[in-house]
Amino acid sequence: MSELAAHAGEAHHEALQHHFTSLEQQRAASSLGMWVFIAQEVLFFGGLFATYTVYRHAYPEAFSAGSHHLSWKIGFFNTLVLIGSSLTMALGVYSAAIGKKNRVVGFILATILLGSVFLGVKYFEYGEKIRPCLGDGPHTGCLVPGARFDAASLHVKGADLGHVQIYFSLYFAMTGLHALHMIIGVPILLTIAYFAWRGRYGPEYHTPVEIVGLYWHFVDIVWIFLFPLLYLIGAH
Amino acid sequence: MSSEHVVSWKVYLAVFLALVALTVITVEVTGHDFGPFNLVVALAVAVTKATLVVLYFMHARYSERLTHVVIASSVAFLVILVFLLLTDYLSRPWSLVAVG
Repeated sequence: MSELAAHAGEAHHEALQHHFTSLEQQRAASSLGMWVFIAQEVLFFGGLFATYTVYRHAYPEAFSAGSHHLSWKIGFFNTLVLIGSSLTMALGVYSAAIGKKNRVVGFILATILLGSVFLGVKYFEYGEKIRPCLGDGPHTGCLVPGARFDAASLHVKGADLGHVQIYFSLYFAMTGLHALHMIIGVPILLTIAYFAWRGRYGPEYHTPVEIVGLYWHFVDIVWIFLFPLLYLIGAH
Repeated sequence: MSSEHVVSWKVYLAVFLALVALTVITVEVTGHDFGPFNLVVALAVAVTKATLVVLYFMHARYSERLTHVVIASSVAFLVILVFLLLTDYLSRPWSLVAVG
C-alpha cells in the first residue's frame, strides 16, 4: 500500500506506460535499449574501421596520398561544427531536466542548424570530387573510384594509383554512412523539438530528448575518429 | 544510484572547450613528422575525445551499472573484431601488396 502511495503521483503521469512500475524504471529501460542499439552501431561502423585498418596497413603511401587530397581545414571546421552541435544537444537535454521548455526547443533547433551546416559542407566536399566525373569531359579531378577516376591530377609519387582508389572508396563509404546517420537524425530532432514545443517534456519526463541526445553524441564520436583517420594521414 | 543526475551546464561547456583544444592538438601534431607516433597520438587524442563525450555528454559517468556493461562489451567486441582480423592479415606469408 505504501509503495502504491509512493508511485501514486507518477502513476497519473500521461507518459508512464502500464507495463512499467515507475517513470524511473521506464527511463532506465529506454536508456538501456538505446545503449544496446549504440553497441550494435559501434560494430556496424567497426566493420568499416577494420577494413580501413587492413588496407591502410597494406598501402600506407596510397592512403597518405589520398588524404593529402582532402582539405584538413574543411575537416577541422566540420569537426568544430559537430562538437558544437553536441554541446547544444547536451544543453537541450539539460534544459529539459530543469524544465526550461523554450530553451529545449532553442537548443534542439541550434543542433539541427549546426548539423545542417555540417551536411552542407559535406555536400560541397562531395560535389568537388564528383562533379568532374559527370558528362563527357576530360574528367580532370574526378575522385570517385571507377573508370573515370583521375589518377593524373593526384600528383602522387610512389603510391599505386589503384590503391588510392581504395582509399577514396573507404572515404565515401565511411563519411557517407556517417552523413546518412546525420540525415536520419535531423527529422528525429525536428519531431522532438515539436513535442518539446507542445510542452510534452519536463523535469520528471524527458526520456525522448535524452535518447535522441545519445544518438547524436554517438554520431559525433564516429566523426571524432573519421577526422584524423581520413584527413590527417602523414605530415601535412 | 539509478536516479537521474543533473549536471551543471558549466560541465558541458568545459567538456566542449576540452574537445576543441584536443582537436587543435591533433591538427597541430599532423604538422610535425613523428613517424609512426603521428598515428599513435592521433588515436590517443581521438580516444580521449570519445571518452569525454561518452562520460559527460552521454552521462555514462552517472548511469546504471548495466549501461556500463553494455558500453564495455561494445568496446570489447570492437577490439576482438579488429584484433582477430589483424592476426589473420599480419601473419599471412603473402601480403595484400603482393596480391595487388
